[in-house]
Amino acid sequence: MNIIVTIKQVPNTNVIKINPVTGTLIRDGVPSILNPDDASALEMALQLKDKFGAHVTVITMGPPQADAICREAFAMGADRAILLSDRKFAGADTLATSYALSGAIKTLDYDLILAGRQAIDGDTAQTPVSLAQHLDLPQVTYATNLDYDGQKLCTVTKETEEGYQILEVETPCVLTVLSSAIKPRYMTVKGIMEAYDKEVEVWGADKLDVDPDRLGLSGSPTRVKKSFTKPQKQPGEVFEVDPEEAVEIIVKKLKEKHII
Amino acid sequence: MEKSDYKNIHVFVEQRDGVIQSVALELLGKAHELSADLHEKVVAVLAGYQIKDQAQMLIEYGADEVICMDAPELKDYLTEQYTQAIYQLVMEYKPSIMLIGASTIGRDLAPRLACRLNTGLTADCTKLEITEDMQLASTRPAFGGNLMATILNTEHRPQMSTVRPGVMQKMARDNSRKGDIIDFKPTFDESKFKVRLVKNVKEDKGVVDITDAKILISGGRGVGNKAGFDKLQALADVLPGAEVSSSRAMVDAGIIDHCRQVGQTGKTVRPNLYMACGISGAIQHLAGMEESDLIIAINKDKFAPIFGVADLGIVCDLNKVVPLLTTRLAKEIEK
Repeated sequence: MNIIVTIKQVPNTNVIKINPVTGTLIRDGVPSILNPDDASALEMALQLKDKFGAHVTVITMGPPQADAICREAFAMGADRAILLSDRKFAGADTLATSYALSGAIKTLDYDLILAGRQAIDGDTAQTPVSLAQHLDLPQVTYATNLDYDGQKLCTVTKETEEGYQILEVETPCVLTVLSSAIKPRYMTVKGIMEAYDKEVEVWGADKLDVDPDRLGLSGSPTRVKKSFTKPQKQPGEVFEVDPEEAVEIIVKKLKEKHII
Repeated sequence: MEKSDYKNIHVFVEQRDGVIQSVALELLGKAHELSADLHEKVVAVLAGYQIKDQAQMLIEYGADEVICMDAPELKDYLTEQYTQAIYQLVMEYKPSIMLIGASTIGRDLAPRLACRLNTGLTADCTKLEITEDMQLASTRPAFGGNLMATILNTEHRPQMSTVRPGVMQKMARDNSRKGDIIDFKPTFDESKFKVRLVKNVKEDKGVVDITDAKILISGGRGVGNKAGFDKLQALADVLPGAEVSSSRAMVDAGIIDHCRQVGQTGKTVRPNLYMACGISGAIQHLAGMEESDLIIAINKDKFAPIFGVADLGIVCDLNKVVPLLTTRLAKEIEK
């Protein structure tokens, strides 16, 4: 069984800072991490590897520094890592990114493609679904559990607003995984040692089964017109008072605003 | 593709078990506003089985026209069935804009559809506007809400965007509105139906829709534990239309159910009153509540970022303030 896991290197958005003068992101000193949902997708793949002896390939698109998350995936237990890195991929939106990934995956053998639901930098959840469309594969999103029968049948639990669904789909298919559902394993010391001896394969655009015009900026229908920090709301009054006074102030406000 | 062939704003009407979801009505309200600038019609795309009797309601909420796809294949949402149907509808009617709710259904459907149509898609928009040259400008948060980006799709059609439930506002229902209701019959390629819905389970986990609440009493790390939340619940109980909600920390700690979580990974709310108790105000949380009409924050830490968005800030121990406030408000409301 061959499993492909799509992964992405993202800035840790919990510690991001904005330059108040220019309104741009300060990336210096912000750690880059393996996207949390992707780490859980990799964990799901590794559990299938433990059970069925699957071969797990991780694939990512990004700058050369994304090598780091490929090594992390090796240290967790991935067998092969492919980094799509080429200036021709630059400026890609989700449509062009998923197209490039599909062009690489078409050249590989696979039964199952696992992806994180969404990346914490963009939060769009679009790339894995578009990838499934490019490859003409069925998809199940928001997966919290996978029961695989070892042959072809995947029984997937999907989280919904109201509860959950049970869906059946045969391989090959694409599943997107929630980080809340499955906790990724730690890297082992042995895994970390070995991770640096393994080769991360770096692929350029010429290695993919694609129409070059549909890559990068030229293959991206969406354009960022402008980016900005949210206009700051004028903060209201703050009172440092004892509880009795606090109640009076709150009640006065609620009356003033006709809440009570 | 000839861009000038594409006209009208289509809104995908999400239904579950035949019940039209609030987000669809919110999008119709927004589309109605946009149509005034764009001078194009608002078209509701209603897909399901035996649902045509609900079409008139969509007109009363802002649609100028309803295209109804009524087929047994569309009874429950499944990716491929819905993508095939709406793909054909788009090819036939050529909308310039297509809006979809960013629910678990919409976020499954929209990227599949956009990719099949080879067009652009902007997810989870918080603002939609028409530019001077009649393009759709979609603004969305990125990097955990730290940055906003306005996105255009100038060369491909339709221009597609998703919007989370609770972000836009419905228009007041107007029974006098009239519009056409059209049937559209898609043809299905069943050989592509590869996913089977075995069961759809609705968990009674005390599921409440906090996006509907007029008042939210919201607790964070400072509330501490279940007993702390009981105090917030007691306060909510004396205020008509109030529910308890929480920040992510309390959900991760297993104290509060995910359905009550406000923020980037929870729900977006805009109640008349949002009372933040012991919530520090991480940017991911603020992204989900800062549009509330009135924000009152109670926190022991006077440097908590929540005070930056609060209309009224109280630096005090919430565990003392909340019970006193509950008693006082019970008396006020009784009067």
